[in-house]
Amino acid sequence: MSTDLGIGTGTWEHLSNQAIAAAGVVYFLALVAHLVEWSALRTVPIRTTARAAVPAPATAGAPPAGGVAHGAPAGPDESTRFRIEMFANLALMLTIIAAAAHLVALVSRAEAAQRVPWGNMYEFTISGSFVVVAGYLVLRKRFGLAWMGPIVTGLVLVLVMVAVLWLYAPVEPLTEALRSPWLVIHVMSAMIATGAFTLGGITSALYLIRARAEKRGRVAERGYVARLPALSTLDRVSYRIHAFAFPVWTFAVLITGPIWAHQAWSSYWNWDPKEVCAFITWVVYAAYLHARATAGWRGRNAAILALVGVATLWFNFIGINYFSTTSQHSYANGAPASSLVAR
Amino acid sequence: MSDLRTDQPEETGRWQPSGDRDHHRRAGELTAWELLRWTWRQLTSMRTALILLLLLALGAIPGSVIPQSGVDALKTQNWQAAHPHLTPIYERLSLFSVYHSPWFAAIYLLLMVSLVGCIVPRLFVYWRGYRKQPPVAPRNLTRLPDHASYTTTDQPAVVLQRAAHHLSRRNRVATSSSDDGWGSPEEGGWVSAERGQLREAGNLLFHLSVLVVLVGFGIGSLFGYKGGVILVVGNGFSNTLTQYDDFDPGSLFDADKMEPFCFTVHDFKVQWIDSGPRQGLARGFQAPLTYRRSCQGDPSSWSAEQSYDLRVNHPLSIGGTQIFLIGHGYAPVITVRDGQGHKLYDGPTVFLPESSDFESFGVVKAAGLKAGQDIGLEGLFYPTFALVHGQPINVMGDDKNPTLSMLAYVGDLGLNTGVPQSVYAMDKANMRELKRPDGKMFRVDLQPHETVQLPDGAGSVTFHGVKHWTRLQISRTPDVWITLLGVVLALVGLLASLFIRPRRVWVRARRRDGSTLVEVAALDRSGGGDLAPVLSSVVDSLQGEEGTRA
Repeated sequence: MSTDLGIGTGTWEHLSNQAIAAAGVVYFLALVAHLVEWSALRTVPIRTTARAAVPAPATAGAPPAGGVAHGAPAGPDESTRFRIEMFANLALMLTIIAAAAHLVALVSRAEAAQRVPWGNMYEFTISGSFVVVAGYLVLRKRFGLAWMGPIVTGLVLVLVMVAVLWLYAPVEPLTEALRSPWLVIHVMSAMIATGAFTLGGITSALYLIRARAEKRGRVAERGYVARLPALSTLDRVSYRIHAFAFPVWTFAVLITGPIWAHQAWSSYWNWDPKEVCAFITWVVYAAYLHARATAGWRGRNAAILALVGVATLWFNFIGINYFSTTSQHSYANGAPASSLVAR
Repeated sequence: MSDLRTDQPEETGRWQPSGDRDHHRRAGELTAWELLRWTWRQLTSMRTALILLLLLALGAIPGSVIPQSGVDALKTQNWQAAHPHLTPIYERLSLFSVYHSPWFAAIYLLLMVSLVGCIVPRLFVYWRGYRKQPPVAPRNLTRLPDHASYTTTDQPAVVLQRAAHHLSRRNRVATSSSDDGWGSPEEGGWVSAERGQLREAGNLLFHLSVLVVLVGFGIGSLFGYKGGVILVVGNGFSNTLTQYDDFDPGSLFDADKMEPFCFTVHDFKVQWIDSGPRQGLARGFQAPLTYRRSCQGDPSSWSAEQSYDLRVNHPLSIGGTQIFLIGHGYAPVITVRDGQGHKLYDGPTVFLPESSDFESFGVVKAAGLKAGQDIGLEGLFYPTFALVHGQPINVMGDDKNPTLSMLAYVGDLGLNTGVPQSVYAMDKANMRELKRPDGKMFRVDLQPHETVQLPDGAGSVTFHGVKHWTRLQISRTPDVWITLLGVVLALVGLLASLFIRPRRVWVRARRRDGSTLVEVAALDRSGGGDLAPVLSSVVDSLQGEEGTRA
C-alpha cells in the first residue's frame, strides 16, 4: 500500500482484510452448525418437534394430509433434542458473530479508503452480501426465517469467498466519475435492493421446491423440505420481501441513477448496458408483482418470475462488468482511457 | 377475419349479446364491433399487460448485448466490420438501434394503450367506490377465515357503539340501521369498517405517473439537444450551431431558442497519481472558465462575466443548458513553414488519446501557397516519452517529457475540393511521404522548442510546446421537471400501493339467551396480510373498555 495515504490507512485496510477472513471462517462454522442441526432433525419426525429447534410460523411445517403412515412416533431422545437445540442456537450465534466481523470489515474498509465501502466490485460484493445476512437476521423472527439459515450462511460464505479470491482490489482512490454524493445514495439503495431481492429469490426458490415436492406427494415426514413453511406462507414472505425491495430498486435505478448519470455523463438515460439490464430487472419484478394479482400466474409462475429477476440482477452486477466493454459502469477493469467519465 | 360481417352496418353499430336475431350467424362468428370489443378486452387485461411487460424485458436484451450505434458508434462499426454476414440481417431487424426500432416502439406503445385501457375504467370505479359507504356486514361472520367471537353482558347497542368508536379512528365506518331488517338496536346490529382505500389510489397514481414520465421524457428528447465540442485551453465558445463539433438535436428542436451564452476555458488542471495501484492515472480534473449568460449584439450589451470551476460531476448550468466536462487531451503547438519560410500552419493541434496513458494520434494539414505543395504530418504524441531497448514508449499521461513523432507528406491534401474532411484524418491519395536523401524513413521527432528541416527543402516543422484541450458536452433537456415530478409521484404511488393494506373489519352483536354474542371478522383484500393481530386488537379494545367500565 502506498505510504502517501498515511499510516492509519494501511492499518485499517489490514484490519478489514483480516476481519473479512474471520467472517468467512465463522460463516463456515455457522453453516456447519446448521448442517449438524438439520441432519439431527432428519431423524426426528415433524410432529414431535412442533415447537422445537426450528421456530416456524404457526402455519408452517404442517405435514400434508395423508402423509406417510407411521405408528406412534417415538419422541426424540433427550440427547438428540439437546443436540438440535444446541446447534440451532450455536449456528445463530455464529452467524451473528460472523456478521459482526463482516461489519467490522466494511467499517475499516471505509476508514481505509476514507469513503463509503462500495467503490469497486470487491467492496460492492462484501457490502451486498452483508445486506443479505443483515436482512436475514432482522427478518428472522418477524417472518420466521429460521429455515433460511443454512442457505443464507452458505450463500454469504460463497459470496465472501468469491469476493476475496477473485474480486479483491486494494484500497484505491475512486474513479473521478464516482466521486459524488450520489455514490452513497445510488449504490446503497441498489445494494439494499440487491440483498433483499436475493432473500426474496431464496424464498421463491424454496417455494418452487416445496410446490414440486407437494405435487409429487413426496413431502415426507422428515427432511428439509418438509420443515419449510406452508406454500402460502412462503409466497407471502416472498411477496413482502419483494414489495420492500421493488420501490428501493425503483429509487436506485429509475430516480437516483438518471440524476447521477446526468451529472456525470451529461445524459439522463444512455441505454448503457448496465442501465438496460437494470431496467430489465425492474420490468421483470414489475411483472412479478402483476403476476401475483393475475389469475393463472399466482404462485408457481410468480415464483419463477422472481427467480428470473434474481438472475438478471446478478448477471447485471457481475456479467455486465466482465462481458460488456461498452458499459460506462465497467469499473471492474480500472479507469478506462482518455475520457474522464469512463465513456 | 374473412368472415367478418362488415356488410351490415346496423349490426356493427351496437353489440348484440346473443339474441335470436343472430341465429343466422355461424357459431363463433363475431361482428366487427364484437371483435373490436374482444380485442380491447384482451389488450387491457392484466394477462396481456403481463405478457407485454415480459416482451419489453425480452426486447431490451439485444440492446445490452449488441453494440448500439446510438451509444457507441465506433464500436458498432467495428462489430459490423467483423461480422459481414450478420450485419445485413441485424440491420433489417434494427438490432443496432433497438430502442428506436419499430418493433420496440410497438411493444411499449401497446403496453401504454393497455395501461390506459386498464387504468381509466379503474379510475371511475375507484371514484364511485370511494363515495360509497363500507359494505353491509356479511350475515354469517364465522364463515370468514379470520373471525373471533365472545359473549358479554353488555347490551348490543353499547358494544356496537364502542366498536364504531374504536374503529372510526382509522377506518371509514358504517353501522346498521333499524330499517335493514335487524329490528330494534336492542336485538342486535353490525358495524362495518373499511380502511386502506388509498392502496388503489396509489396504484392508479403509479400507473398515471408512468405516463407523465413518458410525456416528460418525450418533451425532453423532442425539444432538447446534445452537442460536443473540443476546446483548447484559452479558447472561447459561443452557443451557436456552427461552434459544435457534433450536434444531436431532437426532432422539434429550434436553433433560435438556444441560450446565447458564451464562455472561455482558461486552464485545465489534473492531478496525476504517482504511486499506488492506480499509478499513472489521473484524478481531480478542473477546468476553470469564465462565462456570460448573454453574448448577443455588441459587446457592451453582454451580461456580466462570471467564473466557474468546471469539474466532473459538477456541471455548469446556464439557464436551462448544462455544460459537462467529459474528456481531456493534449494539443501540441506546431508551426509548419514551406521551403521559402512562409508560415503555412501555426497553432495548437488537437491530438486524440488512443489509450489511458494518453499516447495520442493527430494530423497536421498545412495548405501550401501553390497547388501540390501542401504539407501533411501524421503521427503520435507521447506525453512522457522514453526509449526502452530502442523502442519508443509512453510512460504515463502526465506531460513530463512531451515528444512528437510524425511522418511528413507533401502533395495535394484535397482541402479545396469542397468535400468536408475530418480534422483527425488525412487523405493520402495524392500525398507523397518524405524520405531521407538516402531513401531511409524520415520522422519528425521533436521535443518542445525544437525545429526540424524537412527533406527535399520542403520546409520546416517547429514544436513550441503543449496545451491541454477539454472535451465538453453541452446539452439542454427542456421541462425535465415533468419527468422528475412523474418519477417522484410514481414512487409515492408505488409505496402506497405496496404498503397500504386494504382491510375490512365487521362487528356483529346480537342478544341471545340473556347475554350478547359479539362476532368480529376481518378480511385483508390485498391477500398478503396476517389478520390475527388485527382481530385480537379489536376484541381486546371491545373487552378492555368493558373492563375499565365495570
